Amino acid sequence: MLEEEKYNKLKDIIKIYLPEDVTVTDVEQNSHFMNDLNINSANLVDIVLDVEDAFDIRLENDDMDQMQTVNDAMAIIDTKLKSK
Amino acid sequence: MIRKPFQWIVNRLPYSEPFLFVDEILKVNEKSAEGTYTFKPDAAFYEGHFKNNPVTPGVLLTECCAQIGLVSLGIYLLGEDRKIEDLKIGMSSSQMEFLLPVFPGERVRVTSELSYFRFHKLKCNVKMFNEEGKLVCKGTLAGMMGVHNE
Repeated sequence: MLEEEKYNKLKDIIKIYLPEDVTVTDVEQNSHFMNDLNINSANLVDIVLDVEDAFDIRLENDDMDQMQTVNDAMAIIDTKLKSK
Repeated sequence: MIRKPFQWIVNRLPYSEPFLFVDEILKVNEKSAEGTYTFKPDAAFYEGHFKNNPVTPGVLLTECCAQIGLVSLGIYLLGEDRKIEDLKIGMSSSQMEFLLPVFPGERVRVTSELSYFRFHKLKCNVKMFNEEGKLVCKGTLAGMMGVHNE
C-alpha cells in the first residue's frame, strides 16, 4: 500500500470523529489528536478500532499511549503492517 | 437471608443516595450483566416531572441502565481486586429509545450485552424491562472507565 493511500485511508477515519469546530482540512501529518483536532479520548478509541478494521491489524495499550499525532498513527500502522 | 453474590459490585459503585439507581446485580459475566432497581415512589424529582403527573424521567432510565449495564459490568470486568478509590469513569455517549413510561414505585430490570471494552472504553447494548417483562427502553451506552496509575 502506498503511503499516500494509507494516509488518505486514515484521514477518512479521522474525519468521522472530528468535532464540529474542526474540519478535515485542519488535519495535518503533525496534528495532535487531542490538542489540535479536539478529539476526546473516547473518540480516539473509536479511531483506533476503525484503524484496526481498515488495515486488518491489532493495536495494544502501548500503541494507544504512543498514538498522539497523525504521524504517530501512520508509524504504528506501518510497523503493524510490516510485522503481519 | 438470601445471599447476594454480586453485592461487592454494588458496594463499589461510585454513587450514593439520591443518585444510586441499582438495588441488586442478579447476573454478571464476561459478556453481560443483569440487575434491578425500584424507583422510590417518594423521590423528589416526581414533584416536578411532571406537574401533578409523576413519571420517571427518561434521563434517569438512561442513568439506571448505565449504572447497571455499563458501570456494574465494568467494575466486574476490572476485577474484584481493584480498589474503588482508584476508579475513574465518565459517560461518553448514549443513544436511547423510550417505549413505555415508568411510574413511581415500579421495579425495573436492566440487561446489558458487552459490545467491547478496549483501551478503557466500555460500550454496551442495554435494555430495560418493567415487571410485566415489557421492554421499557433500549439503546447503546459508552463510557470511559479505568483505574488511576494505569
